[in-house]
Order: sequence, then C-alpha cells, then structure tokens
Amino acid sequence: MAGTKTTTTGAPTDVTQKHNKGGIGESTLRPDGTLKVTGEFAYSSDMWHEDMLWGQTLRSTVAHAEIVSIDTSEALAMAGVHAVLTYDDLPAEMKNYGLEIQDTPVLAHGKVRHHGEPVALVAADHPETARRAAAKIHIEYKELPVITDEASALAEDAVLVHEGRDDEYIEWVSHPNIVHNQPIIRGNAEEAAKKADFVVKGEYTFGMQDQAFLGPESGLAVPAEDGGVDLYVATQWLHSDLEQIAPVLGLPEEKVRMTLSGVGGAFGGREDISMQIHACLLALRTGKPVKIVYNRFESFFGHVHRHPAKLQYEHGATKDGKLTHMKCRIVLDGGAYASASPAVVGNASSLSAGPYVIDDVEIEALALYTNNPPCGAMRGFGAVQACFAYEAQMDKLADKVGMDRVEFRRLNAMEQGTLLPTGQSVDSPAPVAEILRRVKARPLPPERQWEVADGDADVRELPGGLSNTTHGEGVVRGVGYAVGIKNVGFSEGFDDYSTAKVRMEVINGEPVATVHTAMAEVGQGGITVHAQIARTELGVQQVTIHPADTQVGSAGSTSASRQTYVTGGAVKNSCELVREKVLEIGRRKYGSYHPAWATAELLLEGGKVVTDGGEALADLAELLEGETVEIEAEWRHRPTVAFDKRTGQGNGHVQYSFAAHRAVVEVDTELGLVKVIELATAQDVGKALNPLSVVGQIQGGTTQGLGVAVMEEIIVDPKTAKVRNPSFTDYLIPTILDTPTIPVDYLELADPHAPYGLRGMGEAPTLSSTPAVLAAIRNATGLELNKTPVRPEHLTGT
Amino acid sequence: MRVNFTVNGRQQEADDVWEGESLLYVLRERMGLPGSKNACEQGECGSCTVRLDGVPVCSCLVAAGQAEGREVVTVEGLADFAKQRAEHGGCATGACGSESGTTLQDAQQWRAKGTDSQTGEGGELSPVQQAFIDAGAVQCGFCTPGLLVAADELLERNDSPSDADIREALSGNLCRCTGYEKILDAVRLAAARQGEAV
Repeated sequence: MAGTKTTTTGAPTDVTQKHNKGGIGESTLRPDGTLKVTGEFAYSSDMWHEDMLWGQTLRSTVAHAEIVSIDTSEALAMAGVHAVLTYDDLPAEMKNYGLEIQDTPVLAHGKVRHHGEPVALVAADHPETARRAAAKIHIEYKELPVITDEASALAEDAVLVHEGRDDEYIEWVSHPNIVHNQPIIRGNAEEAAKKADFVVKGEYTFGMQDQAFLGPESGLAVPAEDGGVDLYVATQWLHSDLEQIAPVLGLPEEKVRMTLSGVGGAFGGREDISMQIHACLLALRTGKPVKIVYNRFESFFGHVHRHPAKLQYEHGATKDGKLTHMKCRIVLDGGAYASASPAVVGNASSLSAGPYVIDDVEIEALALYTNNPPCGAMRGFGAVQACFAYEAQMDKLADKVGMDRVEFRRLNAMEQGTLLPTGQSVDSPAPVAEILRRVKARPLPPERQWEVADGDADVRELPGGLSNTTHGEGVVRGVGYAVGIKNVGFSEGFDDYSTAKVRMEVINGEPVATVHTAMAEVGQGGITVHAQIARTELGVQQVTIHPADTQVGSAGSTSASRQTYVTGGAVKNSCELVREKVLEIGRRKYGSYHPAWATAELLLEGGKVVTDGGEALADLAELLEGETVEIEAEWRHRPTVAFDKRTGQGNGHVQYSFAAHRAVVEVDTELGLVKVIELATAQDVGKALNPLSVVGQIQGGTTQGLGVAVMEEIIVDPKTAKVRNPSFTDYLIPTILDTPTIPVDYLELADPHAPYGLRGMGEAPTLSSTPAVLAAIRNATGLELNKTPVRPEHLTGT
Repeated sequence: MRVNFTVNGRQQEADDVWEGESLLYVLRERMGLPGSKNACEQGECGSCTVRLDGVPVCSCLVAAGQAEGREVVTVEGLADFAKQRAEHGGCATGACGSESGTTLQDAQQWRAKGTDSQTGEGGELSPVQQAFIDAGAVQCGFCTPGLLVAADELLERNDSPSDADIREALSGNLCRCTGYEKILDAVRLAAARQGEAV
C-alpha cells in the first residue's frame, strides 16, 4: 500500500467498549461518545495529510445549457495549481455514474442539465488558491430552455432532458421526460365511489427539502503505489460507492480501497456520490493526496434533495365513516438526474393509501426529469409526501362525515392482515388505532404558558420569540393529528443483504468479540447496537468495533430504516455461527467431563458456557485460549418481488413502521408566525434494542418533519431553475428555539419475521410529524393550507 | 503572516497564514485541532464555537489575525478549562496562565494516540461533556463540540438555568440529528450534577 499512508491522520481505528451490561434492550452509551465530546473523533473533513492538495469543483452557473467552450489555461498557469480536469481528462470509457440509472456525468460533457452541475476540477496547495483557480476557468454556455414542471416536461415540443435513453424504465413511460411511472390498481375505485356518501378531493404541494446534515461532503483520496487509491469518505453505503467509482477511474474494485471516515449525519443525502470520484481523479492525476471539503453553499448543490411533489387525491366515505375508495396521482420532481427516483416512485405509490383499509384504489405515481436540482433519497423516501396529502384528506373527510378526526382514522385503521394497495398482506402487528389513541389520550400542555407574574409575557414562549413581536395578542392555539406508514428495507425484489464478520478470541485473559462490517455509522447508533448484539449472543463484556471498510462484504445502505434489521441481523447470525464453533471447541476439549455438553441447549453468558438450566460448564477465557474463531457471513431478510408494471400488484415490501403525532401550535394570526408548543408521538418499534437511541431517533425524525412543515424549502426560480437559497442563512432548519418538547411513547409489538422482533424505526417519525403540524395550524386558523412548508404569507394572506 | 495567540492556555503560533484565513481554518488545518467543526463556515450553525477571551464566538467568522494576542479555548481544551475553573475559579476569560492549560500535543488527541486509539474512556471530561454522553445527546456528533463550548459557558454564568435560558443560550447551535430534547436533558443533567458537587 502507499508509502504516504503512514502520515495520513484522522484514519479511523478500532473502537473498543467494555461493559458488564449493555446487551440488547438496555440503554447503552455510544462507543464513540467520548471521542465525539473531546473533539477527537475524526470526521471526513478532518482527514489530513502533510503532503496533501485541496480539490475544488467548478459548477455550472446556469441550469440548462450547451457548453460551447472551456478554457482552463489561465487556471493551470496559476502558482500553486497542480491540476485542472474536465470531461476530456476522464481516464475510462465509463464517464457516468448513478444509483439506479447511470445518467450522471462525472464532469459535464457538452451540456449541463441543472444549476450547480460539476464541470471542472482543480487541485492546488491551498483551498483559496483552488477556489481562485476555479474562478479563472472560462466556460462559454449557450443557454437552453428550462424544464421546470410537469407542463413544461410533457409539452409536445419539450426539450428532452436526456436523449437516447436506454434504461430499464423507458419502455414503461409515456414520455422520455418521465423517469419512472408506477400505477397501482386494486378493486374498482369507480364502482366503489358510488357507495360514498361523501367525497373529498384535494390538491397538495410539497416543497423541496434538504437533508442539511451538518458534516459537509468531504474526504481524502490517497494515491497508492499499486496504481490504486485509498479513499476516506463519509457515505451511507461504501460498496455502492465502490461500484460507481471504480469503473470511471478505470480501476478494478480491489484497487479502490474505501474506509468510512467520520460521518456528520446523512438522512439520505449521502446515498449518491458527491466528491468521491473527483478526489480520486485529482489524486491519481497529481500523485498526491487530495482533500475535498464542500462549504455549505456547495453542499446545497453537492447532494440530491427530497422530491418536491404535487399530489391530487380523492377519497370517499359512507355516512357511518367507512372509507369507500381512493384515487390519487402523485407527481414527483426528480430534477436533472435519476438518483433514487424510481424507488421513490415505488414507495410513493405503494404507500399512498396510508395506514388505512381501502379496498378499491386507483393510484399513479411518477417522477419527472426536469432541469431542477436532482432529487433522490431523504428520510421517509416518497412516503413523506404522500402522508402529508392523505392526512389532510382524512381531516377533511372526517369533518364532512361529522366524526372526530382521530376516531375517523381509528375506524379505518389498518390492522394485521390488512391488504396494501399492492395486494400484499401486512403480516405483523399494525397498531395504528392504538398509537392514535395514545397520542390523543395524553394531557394537553397548559394554555398561555408565556404568562408570567404581573400579567407580563415571557416572549421566548411566544411565536416570534425574542423578536418580541407579540405579548399574546392575536395568538391562537390549534391541535392536529396524523399517522403514517413507512416500509422498512429495500423493496421491489432488491437483494437487500448484509455481511458481518465476527471474531472471538482471548486477549489479556479475557474473551473479546470483534465485529467488522461495512455498515455506515452516520450517527444513528448502529455500532452501539452491534456491540450490544455481540454481548448478548456471545456472553462477553468487551467488544471491539472495527472501522467500516470495503475489506469486508457489503452491509447495504444506511437508509430505509434497515441497518438494525439487516446488518444487525447479519451480526446476530455471524455471532450464532461463531457460538456454534466455540461450542464445538468446548465439546472437543471438555465434552467427556460433563454430559451436558452433548445433551443440553448451551448458551454463552457472563464469559462462560452455560446450560439452559443455568449450570456453568466452562470459562470462555480458558476454552478459547490459543484459539481464534472468525466467521464472515451474509444474511438476508425475506425476499420481495417487483411490483407489476401495469397493476402495481406484488409482495414488494419487507416490513412496515407506524408512527402517530399530535401537534399543538400557537399561531400569531396577525404576523403569520407559528410556534409549535408540543409534538407528542407514539410509535411501534417492535423491540427497542437501545431505548436511549430509539427515543433520540424518534425525536430527531420528528424535528425534521417539523422543519418541512413551517421552515424548510429550497426555492428554485421557476424561470431559470436556479437555486435561490443555498445557505443556512436562507434555508432555515429548526433551532432549539423552534423545536418543542417531544414526548415519546413507544410500543414493542414483536414482528415475528425480524431479528429480536425489531422494527426499523428511523423514518416513520418524519412522516406524520409534518401533517400533524399542518393540521394544528389549520385548526388554529381555519385556513385550508394545501402546501408545505407554511409561510407567514400563507397565514396572513399578504 | 505570523499569528500568535493562546490556545487552551498555552501560547501558540502559526506561520505562513494567508490573511483571509479564519481562526477556524488555522485551528483545524495549521494547528491540528479539528475539534471545532466546519458545518457552514458562515456563522449560522455554531459548530465552530470557541471561547475568544471568554466570549463564545463562531471561529469561522473571526479572521485569524483578529485572534492575535488573545485567548482561545476549544473543545479539545474544555476538560482542562472546566477543571481549572472548578479548582481555582475566575478562569472565565480563558486566561488560565501558561503553566496550566492543555498542550497542543495533548489537545491533538487523535494524533497523539496513534493507531491504538480506543474509546478515549477513562480520560477526564468536563461535567457538560460527560452529561452529553450520559443523556444520549450525541448522535452524529458534528454539532457537539460547538454545543459543548456554548453549554459550558452558559453553566459558568448560570448554574441553574431554566429551559428557556438553555434554549436561548444554545439557539445559535444547529443540530440536525437529535431534535434537541436530549441536548436539553444533558444541560439539565450537567447543571444538576454541578449543583450536587457544590
């Protein structure tokens, strides 16, 4: 490997945690917690090499244009500049990458399709030199008309965002500017509508949300003596990156050695490649380590966003409150490149009916190619947009029927055995009515909490806060409810496996387990859970977590709420295989001393081999002396199938996750300012492997839902398709002042198909949070509010 | 240019600093102290919060030259800083004197430990650092260093803050993972422990 590697600092190392408790089900502290509070934990942007250069990306200043010419000579001539690369410098035949469709150019070729598309790269000895050199690259654009919405995308004379498509989706779409289209037909919505006493139709708009992870896209590529490269990077799925990186570098995968560096949050925004390939290209070209760190401005262009959507819904109900039918059409804006759009379409369509019993449905979801920023994965993945719309519909329909909004939902709530629109049975607990009951039963927070002695007001408790815009005048309270359903794991027939390597040995007289996976720890606490599983299954106290890298098999993506289920399942499985080997050694060494070795069910507990009756047979430290047991194995959940392209039928999903929210808001109706007072939630998590982390995930997910309810939206100019607010000054995410108390009530109804009965739980809180807040604001103001986020002007009509 | 300032109680200097470099850049890239974070580099997120002569500032908004001759405390020195304050009091300006404080080498913990770095457990932490771990206030951890510096400063001037006080003091620090609930828990916990210790 590279001789320079020894001077790379910030490379992750083993993390060891020793606890006498901390098995599954116990609140266990993070093994990386101390490193993170001392500043010692090295994130991808902390990587450093004494010999390194800084990489800079030059991005398009226009959304849709032909590139007439690129002149790099002035940039190349600058002192301190080591390389300037454009499309012409790409070394391999493969010039594109992509998660599902390889439609994304590493560097633009003759055309740019969205604002901020990478066109050229610079490597220089100081980041400011690199920035200035990038500014000296002269690009002449010839602008093209921009496609920004469904009407412009599907117009008869529409420019094609991608010409000559030959991907697997093209034969099923009616226009090449549609990435993917998924209809779902079950029953007969037209017939069933005749039974409806009440019909509610609505059109809803969901804004473009950004993941806004705090750790910017960054990493260090170190060229190696064998012609390959060592890449330290923050990502959600190392092996998926590798499959996309190696071909465009013209290298075999074994020469691109990836190690997960510290990841500062992800939320879907690191599923796609950002700086990975660019850093490798510059490192291989210059022969020097290259570090790339995006600033926040660039980060807004450096990753995909949540699909903005337009949703049309029709629901019917009988006068006694039973849903009769549902029709919907969901149009997602995929932007200029496909990213995860096809899978987002699959989710949006298959979960568009929500957690309700509706036997007659007519559904269509599609994603467009436009010249807007590319959109793809974000926490909730297609289910978020649908939930926002169907929950607004539920309130309207309950009001028409004349029922309490929560009771109306409970009457129609899905249960175990309910069929989804795809015809798939929900074959594990689905406590939808129960979680709604729980959030409603919780006492409401007291009114007028801002009041202090002498009739004065603590403005910090009021809408507008320290801006001191009201002392209670014009402030109205509202309460709203919502519930949602999210699938867990990769759906539609994807081979969604994980790999875990587990080793057991004796170190300093003590049995120690080492867990090595390629799972991306992005903050969710997966490594804590891996250590808990190893303690539970192998009866050890001390567990070492090896850094995630590509020297072990794929762990799949840290997304789709799947890692505890799938990589956790893989760790459990490998631990069980290791345990069998350990017991074999025990039988060989001690089998003749005690009959229980042959006859009893044996467990590893408290550093010993014990019978199921609790009798200790051997110390693991003695048993394993001089032995190392190591097993790497893949593990799979139940297989799924693709949805039928015409009818959408098929057992496409693995598992489901349900959450409900109750939002309490106070609205300053004069200024249109909203303060969320409380966001109570209830969720079934199957089994809380680490209760502390489970609650943290639910509160974090809830807050992201709050963000898109009242604050967060990437604004794209409809005339130019240019992003207008790429900064934390203009794109606002919730601060501690915007975020209310979030009481969490979690249920543990085991899913018999999943390891320990657990249920993937990271995304569901993001679904129902948004519509609950919107419902509360509607309740406070009486306004219809069919768009999220809600802005002051929507409330004041100004 | 050359810049001289005190970092975590010890005098440091950086050479060949370009005039446009921020204090954050000099700390991270020239002094090997990447604990202060670079989430936005525009003064909105608070992840780069350090004490400058005792005042919490976004180090991304401070030009390196503005730190000349001044006292800087970063997350890497927070444990020592809190200890000095507890033992001697009156250290709130960050001027704990050159004999105390944290050496640069000690502060570069990720480097000093080499390849056998374990969890770092067993080292001494400030009360607020320990509380963040115990309360589950750390997820991805990118906001944590800035929040710790800000929370420590709050507890220095207010030993029993109300929730509204905590929210106000930490309102310049963005966190995207936790929803802030466990950060509030952590600050309450640190305050309570601080109260018990007195």
